[in-house]
Amino acid sequence: MTAFTINGHAVDVAAEPDTPLLWVIREHLKLTGTKFGCGIAQCGACTVHIDGEPTRSCQTFLEDVAGREVTTIEGLSPDASHPLQKAWIFEQVPQCGYCQSGQIMQAAALLERTPDPTREQIIAHMDGNICRCGTYVRIINAIERAAREG
Amino acid sequence: MTHILQPQSRELSRRSFLVTAGGLGIAVAFGSLPDLAYGAAMASAAEGAFRPNAWITIAADGMVSIIAPAVEMGQGITTTLPLLVAEELDADWNRVRIVQAPSDAETYGNPGFYGIQLTGGSESTRGYNALLRLTGAQTRLVLLAGAAGMLNVPVKELETEPHRVVHPSSGRSLDYSEIATKALLPDSLPQATEADLKPSDRWRYIGSRTVRRIDVPSKVNGTAVFGIDVQLPEMLFGAVLRAPVQDERPVNIDDVEARNVPGIIHIVPLHYGVGIIGETVEATRRAKDLLKVTWSRTSRVRNYTSQRLLDKYRAVGRDLGQQGVPAHTNGDAEAAIAGAATVIAVDYMSDHVAHATMEPMNATAIVAGDRVEIWAPTQGPTGTQGFAAEVVGTTADKVKVNTTLIGGGFGRKAEADFIVDAVSLAKAVEGRPVKVIWSREDDVRHDKFRPLEAQHVRVGLDAEGNIVGWRHRIVADSIFARTLPPVFAEAGGHDDVVTEGAKFNYTVPAHQIEYLRQDNGLAIGFWFAVGVGYTRFAIECVVDEIAAARGVDPVALRLELLKDQPRARKVIETVARMAEWDRTRDGRGLGLAYSDAFGSHCAQVAEVSLNRETGEIRVHKVWCAIDPGVAIQPLHIEAMMVTGITNGTGHALFEQINVVNGEVQESNFDTYRVIRMSEAPEIEVAVVPTPGSPFGGIGQAGLPPTGPAIANAVARLTGGVRLRHYPFTPERVKAALEA
Repeated sequence: MTAFTINGHAVDVAAEPDTPLLWVIREHLKLTGTKFGCGIAQCGACTVHIDGEPTRSCQTFLEDVAGREVTTIEGLSPDASHPLQKAWIFEQVPQCGYCQSGQIMQAAALLERTPDPTREQIIAHMDGNICRCGTYVRIINAIERAAREG
Repeated sequence: MTHILQPQSRELSRRSFLVTAGGLGIAVAFGSLPDLAYGAAMASAAEGAFRPNAWITIAADGMVSIIAPAVEMGQGITTTLPLLVAEELDADWNRVRIVQAPSDAETYGNPGFYGIQLTGGSESTRGYNALLRLTGAQTRLVLLAGAAGMLNVPVKELETEPHRVVHPSSGRSLDYSEIATKALLPDSLPQATEADLKPSDRWRYIGSRTVRRIDVPSKVNGTAVFGIDVQLPEMLFGAVLRAPVQDERPVNIDDVEARNVPGIIHIVPLHYGVGIIGETVEATRRAKDLLKVTWSRTSRVRNYTSQRLLDKYRAVGRDLGQQGVPAHTNGDAEAAIAGAATVIAVDYMSDHVAHATMEPMNATAIVAGDRVEIWAPTQGPTGTQGFAAEVVGTTADKVKVNTTLIGGGFGRKAEADFIVDAVSLAKAVEGRPVKVIWSREDDVRHDKFRPLEAQHVRVGLDAEGNIVGWRHRIVADSIFARTLPPVFAEAGGHDDVVTEGAKFNYTVPAHQIEYLRQDNGLAIGFWFAVGVGYTRFAIECVVDEIAAARGVDPVALRLELLKDQPRARKVIETVARMAEWDRTRDGRGLGLAYSDAFGSHCAQVAEVSLNRETGEIRVHKVWCAIDPGVAIQPLHIEAMMVTGITNGTGHALFEQINVVNGEVQESNFDTYRVIRMSEAPEIEVAVVPTPGSPFGGIGQAGLPPTGPAIANAVARLTGGVRLRHYPFTPERVKAALEA
């Protein structure tokens, strides 16, 4: 059993210590907002926060999060009220939407540290997150809007 | 407007209007984890609610449920199609809920697309719009008739406002909920005809920039349910180890170590691989890595090496002695070219590209006797029923398909290989659902790629530079020969999707298109814009090559070739103005391309720069003008153009699959390069509809012009260096610069 905190709840998971955190979150804890995209930390769809740090959960293992605090898209805000979530809806960012949980979690970490990022800082921070629908321009617009409107 | 409605109209008889018995459980309500609410929508609606037809249910509280017959993969169709119903019904969009159609092609098949449930080809709006608008209009007439009885006034004195029937002269009105629960319907239901549809100046929703996509909120908080997110009681997990080369079979399976992985329940030999069933997803993945399989070595795909074959395809295209199947013939193009003053003869080519949808292939199935139920991100519920039935040995009507949201389709999820996996494994553990999830590596290596293809284009010009003949030879394997053999046979060996887009609306006196099929065994499939994605690459670049040969401006040449095409001229003139076509930029070039595919007119200008040392192209900005006929959701059309342009840039610059001796060399995003944020161009879109014209398709309309616009920009920047082979890798660009 491995104990950690997810979205403010203490959990104890019975899985092999080397199980990717991604599958623990999705299939053991049934929080399916975090997505499987590549399994090798190349696409960012599985991004969660671990102690506030944006992290690829597909290349993080259960044993790595023992005693730590994990936040997923479901825990980013209680009612989709995070400025990024509101901006994402305002800008109608998602198309298929599959990558967007990871995009939002990655962007949330940026605004936490850099509340007013430049366009260059946004692109540098977000470049590891692939969107196959090509919503990149609206993602940039939404991050800028969230930074502006807080 | 008769020409718009006639081809797809269905008479809405009293029979079709009444509730039909049974079989109408509803698949998925959006964003409702964890209980998924399967069937809940219609189950609750069935009690005391008014269900005038198979598409619309009006609940006692007035909430109107409308069926979305096409699947949502980000193209916005689950908003678009119900919106057409709501428009004609005069419903209040805020009191509408949308329900995904169950698998029932007879009721919900696309009348404009073989009558089946298959979302693709940018055919949904084009195929469904007439039926749905008439259904909405007829329901409104029924509500009016019911209200007339309740108010005891003639129908002709009544009008509708959103969700209300009003009687202006007395000031009385009834909410749709009151009519739905209390009205007595006349024996003979009113029929709607085209004359009952709203004139466009009375549209409340069509063309509105304030209507938002209904699926977006669930996609920012983790509640959207894609196929991979399905959770069912007692669910098991499945994985399949696939043969390294297509069509090979396992001849010896050593599963000793795999079976010992805790949580593994079954190892299931399949004719195309080895299946694993386990209690956890991680157990199936561990076991898959431990399987030791000897594969047959008999597949002819082992002879498949893509770069070698492409050289051969190019030679076939050039060898005019090899006859193709005629795809389009207008006049004797070759005779005209033989007598021409100048002949332009060039080859355009593209490598295979992969879909790499962000949601890898997956499906969940449960088998119980001769019945199958499937939950899957499928573009084709009807095809899914057929393939699943075949695996189990039952009939398609015994297969129920619950279509989820799709995390990227682009044609890949019209295939059924991932469905077959889930059903095959579920059959081994009858009564328990099995969710199969592919690895990304399998998703890439076992994709059905866009065809490897070469095109030979020959154009004859007279002494004044006028086009006298245009001959277009397309050399590629067939998609339809594999996916729709009867269609392929009936067409005499022609493949309509592989040569899609080769027929254009430019005025040329003689035009000949031929298809030269190359049968080399590797399965190829439908990729974003299918044939149009490469045929327009060749055509639009050749138009620029002609302009250069004549010394005329490419915009002027296109306008000349489209003299009698006002919609085409409009998008070209619009985009040229947006991009300030005549203004030169230091170190940057502009290129233009146009397409009339999918019933929409789209012109784009790309602004590029080039690093001559490295051969790297940078696309700075793309301007786009799109005329979709009727712009149902202009905001969303802009978004779809952004998708097409961004992917159009990525596939022109980066995307490339190499097959060597039947083995796919790329496997994940580290080796299969797709466009990232730092490489995406800035994009400006103008939606310029043409009132009164037919509804065009927009899902794929944005992609075809981007690549040729980039190539044309590079040529204008470099004084004529032509890039004729997708993708424009730095090596190819450098080779072209040095040639």
